[in-house]
Amino acid sequence: MSVFKKIAIADLDKLFAKTSEKMSIYVPTDNKDGDAVYTEWKDGVKLSDAVNTLRSAKDFFFPQTENLAGFKLVGKTIEMYRTAEEKEDFVLFGVRACDVKSFAILDSVFLADPVDTFYAARREHGIVVALACNDANDTCFCKTFGIDPAEPGADVSAWKNADEMFFKANTDKGAAWLASVSDVLEDAENGEGVVADVKQSINEMMSTLPLSGLTTESFDGKNLLEAFNSPEWKDLSSTCLGCGTCTFYCPTCQCYDIREFDTGNGVKRFRCWDSCMYSDFTKMAAENPRHTQLERFRQRFMHKLVYYPMNNNGVYGCVGCGRCLAKCPISMNIVKVMKTVGKEKA
Amino acid sequence: MQEMINIMKNRAIELMNDGTVARVIGWSRGEFVYDMIPTVFNSVEDVEKSFAYSDFCGSNLSKYLIEQGSKEGKTLVFLKPCDTYSFNQLLTEHRIDREKVYVVGIECQGKLNYELLKKAGVKRLVSADVEGDTVTVTDAKGTYTLPAVDVLAERCVNCKSRKHVVYDELIGQSGEVLDSHRFDMVAELEALSPTERFEFWQEQLSKCIRCNACRKVCPACTCEKCVFDNDASGIATKANSDSFEEKMYHIIRAFHVVGRCTDCGECSRVCPENIPLHLLNRKFIKDINELYGEYQAGEEAGSRNPLVSYTTDDCEPDVVYERGGNE
Ligand code: SF4
Ligand code: SF4
Ligand code: SF4
Ligand code: SF4
Repeated sequence: MSVFKKIAIADLDKLFAKTSEKMSIYVPTDNKDGDAVYTEWKDGVKLSDAVNTLRSAKDFFFPQTENLAGFKLVGKTIEMYRTAEEKEDFVLFGVRACDVKSFAILDSVFLADPVDTFYAARREHGIVVALACNDANDTCFCKTFGIDPAEPGADVSAWKNADEMFFKANTDKGAAWLASVSDVLEDAENGEGVVADVKQSINEMMSTLPLSGLTTESFDGKNLLEAFNSPEWKDLSSTCLGCGTCTFYCPTCQCYDIREFDTGNGVKRFRCWDSCMYSDFTKMAAENPRHTQLERFRQRFMHKLVYYPMNNNGVYGCVGCGRCLAKCPISMNIVKVMKTVGKEKA
Repeated sequence: MQEMINIMKNRAIELMNDGTVARVIGWSRGEFVYDMIPTVFNSVEDVEKSFAYSDFCGSNLSKYLIEQGSKEGKTLVFLKPCDTYSFNQLLTEHRIDREKVYVVGIECQGKLNYELLKKAGVKRLVSADVEGDTVTVTDAKGTYTLPAVDVLAERCVNCKSRKHVVYDELIGQSGEVLDSHRFDMVAELEALSPTERFEFWQEQLSKCIRCNACRKVCPACTCEKCVFDNDASGIATKANSDSFEEKMYHIIRAFHVVGRCTDCGECSRVCPENIPLHLLNRKFIKDINELYGEYQAGEEAGSRNPLVSYTTDDCEPDVVYERGGNE
C-alpha cells in the first residue's frame, strides 16, 4: 500500500464533511474582500486558491485574547478558578510551510519550562495539514530561512497536482486523521512520482522569486553589538508609525500582556497580544524601557534576526511569510532591514 | 513621471543647498516598485541617493511634520492636493508651525492601490502609471492598460478636490474642488434598515485586528496619549475581546475626528483588513453638511468647525427624531 493518499480537488468537500462529523476543521476561504481567512468548514466553504492567509495561523494556538483565570471572594478567602476549557481535537487545513515553521518557533517559547498549558493544550489537540505552495507571492522569502515550501511538514503534508490533491502523514496524529477519512480517499500508487514532479516545479518557481537571493549573512550571530549600534536604524525607523500591524500579522511574534479585569462581582485575568512597537509595551517594573520608536523598531528586528537565533542554535525568528512586507503602511519591513543593517561597509 | 521626479528631486536639492530647508520629507523606494517608503532626508547626498516618487506614493506626509517640524530649521514636505487639507487642519489645531515648513504642492491624478492591482491579476509588477482614465501596467504578462477606476485607491476614484489649498510652490498643476460621488455609499447605507446597517458594520468591524494603523496614520489623531493607551482612562485596551469592544474602539475613533477629519482617506488605505473606515468619517461629514451647512475641514487654516462654533441657527438635539431615531 502506498504511503500516499489522494482525492480529486472537486471532491474536497467530501473530505471536509467526513472530518467535520467528528471534529471542527478550519479551511482558508476567500472572504468578500477576496482575502483568504481561516473559516470553520460547513457546506459551501471552499478552499481558497490564495498563496497564503491574510492573518497567520498562529491565532489557533495563541489567540489574540483569552481568559486565563477567575477570582472570586468566598467568605474571607479568595477562590481562584480556571476559566479556560480544554480544547477538543480540530484540524487546521492548508497551512503553508512558513506558518508550519512558525509553530516550532512558538513552541520553543511556550513549551519551554514552565510550559504554557493553555498553548500546550491547543497544540496537542490541533492536527495540522500543511499544503505545499504551487505558487508564491513576490513577498515570499521562506527559503532564506531554509524552509522548503515543497516539503511543508506538519502532521500531514499535502500537494496539489492539476485536479488532484495528494496526502502523506508525518506523525501518528496525522496518520490517525488520514485513517479516519480513508473512506473518501484513494490509495495513490503513483504518489511518489507525482509529488516528486510537483516538488520539482515548486523549486523552479521559487528560484524565480524577486527575493530568492536574500541571505542572512549580515546576521550571523557574531555581531550583536555591531548590529545594535548600527547608524542605519535611525533612517529605517524615522517614519515608522508604531502601529503594530507588522507584529499582529507576523506568525512568530509572540508578545502578550496579562491583566486583571474587575467584572463587578469578581476578577478575571486575561491575556492579549501586545506589540514591542507600542509605547505602552512591557511596563512591568515601571515603564517601557524603550523610550523612542527607534529603540522599539530595532527591538522587533534584533529579536528576530539576532537575539532569537543566538538563543536557539542559529534558528531565525522569521519564517519569511512576507506578511509584514505586504501590510506595513509605510512599506518598511524585515527585508529592508536585512539589506541595510550590517551592510554599511559594502 | 520621470520628468516630475527629476523636478521634485532637483528642487529638494536646490532648497537644501541654498539653506532654505534643513530636511526633506518625501519617499524612497522599497523592495518592489509599489513599495514606496515615506522618508525623511537629512542631507543632499541622501536625496541624491534614494529620493523616489511614483503613482504608488499614497501616503499623506503631513503628520510627520509634527515631529520633523519641531526640529531646527525648516522642513520641506511634498503634499498632494488632499494632503494639503490635512496640513491646514494641523495648522488650525496648532500642531505645526507654518513658519517651519516649506510646502511643495505636487500634481496628482490619483494613486494606485497595489492590492487592487493584484486582485486584477497583476503579477511581478514592473511599472504602473496613471494616465487619466487608464493605467498602463507592465508585468510578467507584458504591457497593457487597465481602467483606472478598478485599481485606484477608493479615495482617488471619489476624489473630493484636485486643488492645493496651501503651498509655497507648486510642481505641475493645481486643479479644482470636484463634484465627487464620495457620499453615495453613505446614502446607500442610510437607506438600509437599522438592522441591516447594524449587520453591515458588525461584519466589517469584526474583521478588526486592532493593529491601530488607522489611528496612528491619521493626521487628526494627534493626542500625545490616546485614551486606548492610557491606563488611567479606564478604557485602555490592546485588543478587541468581543464585538462590544470592537465597536467601542471604532465609535470613539470616529467621533473624535468629527469636524476635524478632512476625509484624506489614510485610515482606509492602511487598514490591513479593508474595513471602509472612510464611510464612518463621511457619514459625519455628510451629517454636518446637512445639519449645519457645507463645511470642509482643512479648506481654510484657522476655520472653526460647526461643532465648536455655536450659532443660534444650530439644529436642536431632537433632530434625531425627525431623522427617524427612536423616541
Ligand atoms: S514597521 Fe510598519 S507595520 Fe510595523 S509598526 Fe512600523 S509602520 Fe507599523
Ligand atoms: S517578520 Fe515578517 S516575514 Fe518574517 S515571519 Fe514575521 S511577518 Fe513574516
Ligand atoms: S513564504 Fe514560502 S511557504 Fe510561505 S506562502 Fe510563501 S512560498 Fe509558501
Ligand atoms: S487599521 Fe483596520 S484592523 Fe487596524 S485597528 Fe484600524 S480598523 Fe482595525
